[in-house]
Amino acid sequence: MMGADIRPIAVRRRWIARLADDRNFLGLVFMLPAAAILLVFLAYPLGLGFWLGLTDTPIGAPGHFVGLANFVSLAHDSVFWLAVFNTTFYTVVASILKFALGLYLALLLNRRLPFKSLLRAIVLLPFVVPTVLSAIAFWWIYDPQFSIVSWALIKFGLLHQYIDFLGQPWHARWAVIAANVWRGIPFVAITLLAGLQTISPSLYEAATLDGASSWQRFYYITLPVLSPIIAVVMTFSVLLTFTDFQLIYAITRGGPINATHLMATLSFERAITGGHLGEGAAIADAMVPFLLAAIMFSYFGLQRRRWQHGSQD
Amino acid sequence: MARQGEPQGMDYLERLPRRVVTLYLPLAILVFVLLFPFYWMTTTTFKPDEELYDYARFNPFWIVHPTLSHIYKLLFETSYPQWLFNTIFVTVASTILSLFSSVCAAYAIERLRFTGARYVGLAIFLAYLVPPSILFIPLAAIIFQLGLYDSDWALILTYPTFLVPFCTWLLMGYFRTIPYELEECALIDGASRLQVLWWITLPLAVPGLISAGIFAFTLSWNEFIYALTFISSSENKTVSVGAITELVEGDVYHWGSLMAAALFGSLPVVILYSFFVEYYVSSLTGAVKE
Repeated sequence: MMGADIRPIAVRRRWIARLADDRNFLGLVFMLPAAAILLVFLAYPLGLGFWLGLTDTPIGAPGHFVGLANFVSLAHDSVFWLAVFNTTFYTVVASILKFALGLYLALLLNRRLPFKSLLRAIVLLPFVVPTVLSAIAFWWIYDPQFSIVSWALIKFGLLHQYIDFLGQPWHARWAVIAANVWRGIPFVAITLLAGLQTISPSLYEAATLDGASSWQRFYYITLPVLSPIIAVVMTFSVLLTFTDFQLIYAITRGGPINATHLMATLSFERAITGGHLGEGAAIADAMVPFLLAAIMFSYFGLQRRRWQHGSQD
Repeated sequence: MARQGEPQGMDYLERLPRRVVTLYLPLAILVFVLLFPFYWMTTTTFKPDEELYDYARFNPFWIVHPTLSHIYKLLFETSYPQWLFNTIFVTVASTILSLFSSVCAAYAIERLRFTGARYVGLAIFLAYLVPPSILFIPLAAIIFQLGLYDSDWALILTYPTFLVPFCTWLLMGYFRTIPYELEECALIDGASRLQVLWWITLPLAVPGLISAGIFAFTLSWNEFIYALTFISSSENKTVSVGAITELVEGDVYHWGSLMAAALFGSLPVVILYSFFVEYYVSSLTGAVKE
């Protein structure tokens, strides 16, 4: 049966079969589901967001083009500038703390330890658990009357009265930062630990034989080798912190008197709660330049270490 | 755990007291802080109200008379079981949808290498950086126009916006580690591209698929802002949204039930995570390595 057909293979194949082997056609077909989802629900809304920022669209009705009116009114809006300040403060402080504590935890976990993999699994828990649900736990921990933290501090004689964690602007700011740091440390620690594990112990041994102190070993071996990973991890961390919504919404909803409103929570409040989609979209648009600046700063700022060290060699 | 013969660095040079101060003590403090909220969540869940609000007579760290009343209230007097069911449904559906489209996309970009594949790969990476908090307002408008508002589909179709870029990026890295020669052999033997993908590449990429699947599952389980924005009726809410919007009645906080809601909303992901820790960690670290 096979021997009877002596026509060249290429002729026998039907056009469908040929099409099914064409890289570009197949690539198009394979890309279709992902591309459809991302174009309709990511690229289009991204563009629509910029357009909405230029309109006075309310919820559920078409709006009118108003030019830059939303941005002009935001520029005179003290609550907006407070949110900008809060977001910047929140991002900068929380990122620095997450980085310092996360790196410290990674260094601890990288040493010889019993139950290392169990510890690593446990440490990652705050990152795995849904943020809103752990934020509710923090809300309860920060309760003005029944805060366990206040109770313990009073028991140890370090305090005389309960702290009003979420009632005072600065207390509330530090309280949400603490909750954010708590959630972010594991991510930083575990990813940096993966980087630490690639550093050969012989580097440290050689440095020690040459008389390097433990600080010098850290500064001249660990940091330079780790810096590319640090740059990426901290860029992600900054991105997630800057656009944080869940934690604030669950713990303070932006209060007291807007002291913990981030740009994301403010845009939600204006757009969804208040019904002014256009104004909310304008706030979200205003996040973009800050976001780009934050990403650039953390990515290139931290990346620079690499070529500084590289050029010294 | 340390295996014999594995290089251990210079830790053996340290004496025990020094190890306690520089390693065990700080580690214990950090782990305590990281775990305390979970301990607090659990004790609050099982504590009767008179113990919850009376620190003078009862030490708050212990439970004297454990009770199931908060859990009972949560399961039988609120829509919590329905929210849990919604969360599972939305999470599983969006994870499967995302995995399917990501496998196809990653295979196309990494292996078919169609014209412009590199730029599409770059675009996928950039899509990964777009945060939901700047997308939810225009998405709400779109969801409204499509008539999907307040339905499961609003979430199932929007969660892939952050799952697909992540999974595709992860799977692209994974496909790269599979030797191309294996696929070439199959192609020479007359297999079609689809057969190659199904019989050669996918079986070899199973660990990568599990990693991406676990991570996608936890990401969509954790999602909040879309669920909060696109869902309004109580019976369609997810656990996170239901807990924060419905369990708080005015100024009265039922902390016992709230903590029970947080605990039971966390347990499914924690259990899944505990079975696949290595996969989860590899996808977490794989995501930032590129």
